[in-house]
Formats: sequence, C-alpha cells, structure tokens
Amino acid sequence: MTAQPRTLYEKIWADHVVERRDDGTCLIYIDRHLVHEVTSPQAFAGLRAAGRPVRRPDLTLAVPDHNLPTTPRADAAGQMLPIADPASAGQLAALRGNVAEFGVPYIDALDARQGIVHVIGPEQGFTLPGATLVCGDSHTSAHGALGALAFGIGTSEVEHVLATQTLLLKRSRTLEIRVDGSLGFGVSPKDVVLAIIGRIGAAGGTGHVIEFTGDVIRGMSIEGRLTVSNMSIEGGARSGLIAPDETTYAYLKGRPMAPAGEAWDKAVAWWRTLPSDAGAAYDKSVVLQASDIAPSLTWGTSPEDVVPITGAVPDPESFVDPAKRAAAQKSLDYMGLVPGTRMEDVPIEHVFIGSCTNSRIEDLRAAAAVVKGHRVADRIRQALIVPGSGLVKRQAEAEGLDRIFREAGFEWREPGCSMCLAMNPDKVPSGERCASTSNRNFVGRQGPGARTHLLSPAMAAAAAIRGRLTDVRELMSEDA
Amino acid sequence: MEAVRKVEGRAYPWGASNIDTDIIIPAHWLKTTTREGLGKGAFESVRAQPGNVFDDPRYAGASVLVAGDNFGCGSSREHAAWALADLGIKAVIAPSFSDIFSGNAFKNGIVPVVLPQEAVDRLVEVARTDEVTVDLETMTVTTPYQDRFAFDLDPFRRQCLMEGLDEIGMTLAQDTAISKFEAGMAKDRPWLAVETANEGIAFEATGRT
Repeated sequence: MTAQPRTLYEKIWADHVVERRDDGTCLIYIDRHLVHEVTSPQAFAGLRAAGRPVRRPDLTLAVPDHNLPTTPRADAAGQMLPIADPASAGQLAALRGNVAEFGVPYIDALDARQGIVHVIGPEQGFTLPGATLVCGDSHTSAHGALGALAFGIGTSEVEHVLATQTLLLKRSRTLEIRVDGSLGFGVSPKDVVLAIIGRIGAAGGTGHVIEFTGDVIRGMSIEGRLTVSNMSIEGGARSGLIAPDETTYAYLKGRPMAPAGEAWDKAVAWWRTLPSDAGAAYDKSVVLQASDIAPSLTWGTSPEDVVPITGAVPDPESFVDPAKRAAAQKSLDYMGLVPGTRMEDVPIEHVFIGSCTNSRIEDLRAAAAVVKGHRVADRIRQALIVPGSGLVKRQAEAEGLDRIFREAGFEWREPGCSMCLAMNPDKVPSGERCASTSNRNFVGRQGPGARTHLLSPAMAAAAAIRGRLTDVRELMSEDA
Repeated sequence: MEAVRKVEGRAYPWGASNIDTDIIIPAHWLKTTTREGLGKGAFESVRAQPGNVFDDPRYAGASVLVAGDNFGCGSSREHAAWALADLGIKAVIAPSFSDIFSGNAFKNGIVPVVLPQEAVDRLVEVARTDEVTVDLETMTVTTPYQDRFAFDLDPFRRQCLMEGLDEIGMTLAQDTAISKFEAGMAKDRPWLAVETANEGIAFEATGRT
C-alpha cells in the first residue's frame, strides 16, 4: 500500500503530535522558542506565581529588540548608556532579570549578535527545517522560509511553551501560493509578497498555513524567502512555509547553532524527506505569474492595498463592496491622498530601511546599489538605515555599505525593530509620509498620524533620492 | 481563568472592518510588564475622534463589541485582548477574526463569536437601543426582538471557557507523554538539541555570506 501523499505542513505536524484529543485538538511539541522583551514579562510572571520552571531553557533563546534605541548604546568604556524612556528601560530590565532567574540563554543588547528575533534565528542557525518554532510576535512566520513550521503566539501561549514546551492546537487548512515564471528587471521578493497579499487580501490566508511554491520562490535566496514568509501574516496566515532545498542547507551549514558533523548529515537526510509529495493536496491553491509583478507599494492602511509603482491612487468608488469602498475612503483621508494621483507623484518626508522583513545584508546591498553616487533629496527629513542585527551591521561595514549610505545623507543606526512599530524613539511625526521597508501600514503604526507606504529596500532607496515615490527601475537603468 | 457561560448587556454597535491590533492597542502601550490597566489605551486613535462609539454614554460599560470582518488582524500582542477585557468587553461579534487574536481572546475569557455579515448588520442596528445576549450553553446570540443567531465554537475552547480551565495545568498533567515524546525526539532527531545553550552563547558567528 502506498502512503497518502502529504504536504510539507502535514509532515511537520505529524512529527510533532505528542497527543491527540478526541475533539481533534493536538498537543504539539515546540522545538524552538524565541523570546523578546515585549510579550514575555507577563508569561514569566505567570510561571513565577505558579512556581513553575522553564521546561527546556536549552530550546529557548531570548534577545531584546523592540524597545532598544538605534542610537549608540554604549559609552566610551563599553558600558550600556541609560535608556531615556523609563517604561522601555523597565521592560528591558525585566527580560534581563527573567532570563537570569529562569536560566534562559540570552543575547544582550551590547552583543554583536543582538538583533531582531526573526533576523538572528536564521542567522545563528537556531531556526531549522522541519522544526516547530514559536515566538510572541506575529512575524515569526518569517522562519517558514527555512522550512520550519513557525508562527506567532500570544503571551499566554508563551507561558504555556515556557512551562510545557508544547501548545494545544488544531490543524490548519493548507493554502498553496505558487509563483511561476521569472521575475522582471527591478522586481524583488518584497514586490512578490506585496503582490500576493494584494491578490489574496489581508484575511485571505486566515485559518490556513501557506506553502509558497514555484520557480520564483525556488530561485530566491534564503534572505528573499525570509521576506516573503515574513509577510504571510499580512495575508492572514499564521505560517508561511517554503520547502527546504540545497539553498537552505548551504545557508545553514556552519552557522553557530546549526548541527555539525554527523548530526548535520543525519539532519540533512531527514530534511530531504520533508518537501510536499507529488500529488499532495492543498485545501486551496493560488497561482501568480511573475511577469505580472512590477515593483509595488501600498497606498492605504492595510497591507492588501497594493498597487504597482506605475499605477495611481485608486478611486474608492471603484470598489464594488460597500464596506471596502468606505474603508478605502477612510484610508485615503488618513493617508492624505487624492484618487487618481500617480503614485510616482507622491512626495515623502521619511525613509525607513529596516525591520524583520527587510534588514538583512542582501536588503542593504540592494538599497546601497541604488544609493551609490546619489544624495538623499533635500525634502527628506530623516532617512534611517537600521540593520537587522549587529552581525548584519558588521558585514555591511566590512563591505563599505555604511559609507555609501552615510555619504548620501542616510543615518546608519544600531540594530532593532525601530521605526517599524515605533516603540523606541524612532517615529514618523503625525501627518508626515514614510517610504518604509517594514510590514504594516496600519493607522498609527509608525507613530500617531504617521502615513506609511510599504515597499522594497531598492524602492525605498529610490524614494529617498528623488524625495517622492519612485519607480526604482528608472534609477537602475540610469546606472546601467 | 473565570468561567464564562453567558454574556449579556449593551453592545458597542461599531461594525468596522479590518480592525487591526494597532487600532485596538497602539504599540506605545505595550511597554508594560503586567496585564492590567490597558483599557485606558484601548482604541486610542478611534477615541481621539469626536462622536466615537466608545465614548458614547449610551454604551458606557458595554460588555459586547460588534465589529466587521477580520477583527484583530496584525500583531500577536495579547495586550489587545487584555485591553478589551480591561474595558469590560467579554464577547466580540464579527464575521471573521484573525487566528492569533481569536486564540488570545479565548485565553482571556473573551468569546469571539463568528456570525454572517447580515446577522452582524442586524446586531449593529439592535445594539443602538437594546441589549444583546451571547449564550454559550445554547450557542446563540439573541436580542429582545426574537432575533436568534446560532454560532459555532471549537468544542475544546468552548469547554475551556465554560469551565474556566487552566490550560497549562491541564498540559502539565500530560508530563509523562511529553517526556516520552522528548526521549523519541532525542533518538530520532538528535540534531534538535542545541549543544551550545545554557552557558550563554559564548561563540562568534561563523559561516556568514
């Protein structure tokens, strides 16, 4: 008898069922748990109140990222400078206290390996194919790029994982998103994922785990795949898997926390069995053609509000659904945009290149390639480059990217979440407009009243140079 | 967690779609280390608008929120559920919810009730003048006007709500099964052990491109 063909998700799920209840709820083992300062203090407090230890500190890794300022952190003697906001300082101190009390491995703010949880997981080799990985952060979906079943959880679940190394879950439905063909000139992974969300909508993946497939995904580097999987949640899906392949193994081999020697060989042999079997069925499939995808960006206050850079601000009247029409009007009012305006005619005041979506070395290289030989436009009030980790920063400096950015008028900052959600001092002032490589354009996301356009690092760089939203292909061909 | 069997009272007749977690509780409120007091920051950007539903005296102290589809999309912040709970909201009725928010709501004794858009529209209308009742026993939402809308809940989550169960306590009772699973994992997938953990991570990164 041949076994039923299974998807990547079904295989990982089956490998992690500790127990199945009669109602279908399963106790699922969690192989990796990333912890940061914002969503963990109440979880540790819960453990303390109940007198419970952390079951597997060895499978847990903590790092501060959301609250840290991106200005220099240490004085001349290498001591941590005080954090101005007492609430931020308190949360960071709580994490330090909690990891010490509960024996959780911890990367400190001044460590070169510090960075955004979703950057350091893959970078350190903590994230592995076929593993279950969770974090109290919705962009945990990013780790799916390496073939890990990775998803964001709330603080009660963080406590549950700390105490038991498991979660009670129901199996999700599966959604295949296949991108066929090959990407056009100037089109990046960010454009691909924006096009996907524009197509399926902000709730299109709700209740589903996505598996991204097709030649375009196969052809992407791990960093490109991380950008795509990262934004699965913006399409409503908690997880966005990509089957591991030679690209994945080449990326992971030799990373500090990845297996080595005999364990590595065993792991790779196992990982090779994970990709979805031929004939495996998905509950839903969506196919996009790469040739239809242009450099893209958002115009509104939902990540599904996507338009190619060659397009215009839509007319709310063009939406058939009355709820969508009302929402579009509200978005345009908030964004200060008039229907019919060409996206390329929209001026901006801020540029943010960073976040767990686009702060890796390839992102910085793509932006630097556009910036090289240009200056940030006079009307730009602030243009920030925030590397995703200290190691990304160090690598970029070794390649001279920091000089390119600084000479052009960008600020070169310390790693963290920064202006993606404005929990630290990096904020966009009310009514001002930001070209941002982050993942959410929600009302008030980058600061109260801030207006966000989501786009790729190369597009953000182009916008910085021109002082308005710009088709990066114009600058790329100029340089060619 | 306190058991929830029935939620009855006034409801905020909002009906707005795609209410994301940044609207429910903006990021600057997340710097707390406790679960309490977040009601002050709930819907901050909405409440900055004159005539908003949350500051309308007719709905003061409402225990139900009626909203549009994709409620709670965005971040995993449980602060969204804590903020609603702190406002006194014990049930949210909407055509759809984000997966993470819905899980967080259950864990805080807030019932996420999924009803079709027509039913939600009707409840928005009724809630302007009257109370609504969410009953977990009968799995219905009712109004004083003979409206009766049946809804579904995952049976396990319903049981947790109605009995106020402590999930961690329940899972810890399965300790033997978890230990057995871990033993199997150590044998079949030994590479999942993180060799370098426990003593901090005292090594330099290698293998970077």
